[in-house]
Amino acid sequence: MKKPIYLDYSATTPVDPRVAKLMCSYLTPDDGLFGNAASRSHQYGWDAEDAIDTARKHVANLINANPKEIVWTSGATESDNLAIKGVAEFYAKKGKHIITSKTEHKAVLDTCRNLERFGYDVTYLEPKSDGLIDLNELEAAMREDTILVSIMHVNNEIGVIQDIPSIGKLCRARKILFHVDAAQSAGKTPIDVEAMNIDLLSLSAHKIYGPKGIGALYVRRKPRVRLEAQMHGGGHERGMRSGTLATHQIVGMGEAFRLAAEELEQDYAHALKLRERLLKGVSDIEENYINGDMERRVPHNLNISFNYVEGESLMMALNELAVSSGSACTSASLEPSYVLRALGRSDELAHSSIRFSFGRFTTEADIDRAIELLHQKIDKLRSLSPLWDMYKDGVDLSTVQWTAH
Amino acid sequence: MAYSDKVLDHYENPRNVGTFENDDEAVGTGMVGAPACGDVMRLQIKVNDQGIIEDACFKTYGCGSAIASSSLVTEWVKGKTLDDAAQIKNSQIAEELALPPVKIHCSVLAEDAIKAAISDYKAKHQG
Repeated sequence: MKKPIYLDYSATTPVDPRVAKLMCSYLTPDDGLFGNAASRSHQYGWDAEDAIDTARKHVANLINANPKEIVWTSGATESDNLAIKGVAEFYAKKGKHIITSKTEHKAVLDTCRNLERFGYDVTYLEPKSDGLIDLNELEAAMREDTILVSIMHVNNEIGVIQDIPSIGKLCRARKILFHVDAAQSAGKTPIDVEAMNIDLLSLSAHKIYGPKGIGALYVRRKPRVRLEAQMHGGGHERGMRSGTLATHQIVGMGEAFRLAAEELEQDYAHALKLRERLLKGVSDIEENYINGDMERRVPHNLNISFNYVEGESLMMALNELAVSSGSACTSASLEPSYVLRALGRSDELAHSSIRFSFGRFTTEADIDRAIELLHQKIDKLRSLSPLWDMYKDGVDLSTVQWTAH
Repeated sequence: MAYSDKVLDHYENPRNVGTFENDDEAVGTGMVGAPACGDVMRLQIKVNDQGIIEDACFKTYGCGSAIASSSLVTEWVKGKTLDDAAQIKNSQIAEELALPPVKIHCSVLAEDAIKAAISDYKAKHQG
């Protein structure tokens, strides 16, 4: 069977063939580049260390950091854990209050929940209906004992871009550390840790055409940010994260970030063209709602709710497309997307959402096919939907007495 | 999630999709579920003078299993007396469609829809 068209780039991207090619040379005996960077006594070790240093430069370059400020991790989830737990533990004497938002990734939310069990106090900000944090609310939540603010750059479900420079300014003025999860923004929109006053920044390789299983945490050196290590061992990565470095993974991440920096504008323009095409193509489908602010967002993501059509049945109908849904039915939990709910979307609209995300290898033909399928399948499902009938008959669904179950 | 062939068949080719006139004395309508929960079923039956369900139709907002469950019960209730139709159990629906545990609530909803349609019909004919 033909594989579905891949429109789930926010979940993961394919590895760029140029990246994969370079990675392979660091695995096999052919090129003699398989060494352990911690081996200081021979050429194999030195070559691996050189390769890692180069990758470090590429990653640092994309975010305007110093290569010495990059700590390799297994991915953005580990980076989030290391940043939040590391700061919380090291600065516990200074205070135990952390501020984050309700639409953060689970790697941040669950880490904060865990810290609450150890006596930390966490404020979860409610975003506005456009998905953005209210800066006044953030400022009002800051206290004497606030040690960390953790806010993501680009949201994974709806693609909105938070006002990181303004948040950074607020934090710096109060000497509160600022952590940013940039897993969804690196390579998609510019990041400058200096200009944005970011102290800690989580990065992932596999969202930007690198391999899975590798990420990094930027840790500011001036003024110095301290962390309590979460992984103990040989003292790698200046003691912040022990463990033999995965040379081929790191080389892959470095190359992916080098390409991302080089092709950022090109990738952005490509994604924008596809997004506009998709938006125009679905605009004549009645009762569709774009989730998240239309101006402050990356073009690689479009999250749309098609009212009166349930998300899972729509995904089933769209089996020629690989997309994801905010509907409860697709996951083990019975709750619809917590991000869409936090935005104040009704349960119905949250249940009816589909996330399209695309990138470097998506073509206009892919988008055209998606548009064609959406028209067909939504028509079909609405012809099956009692809610659609009621809407067409002018019934206000909010006034109906439902038998909740 | 993988769907059984029977769910896929009912989902691809739903049986008896449609609407009967609610004012028709012979029609009973059952609407169950809630949009907030992600599924709403509307099942309608047309009952003849002998008390036999001679036609049935549905419309469902919900996942594939919910659509398949309601499609299946429209087939099952046809030709049955009201009493026999009321005997249909959710476990039979779940078994026929090989629903996984997380989808059992779809079969429960279908059973509720039959019962609701029958009581609506009976309410119309009281007195």
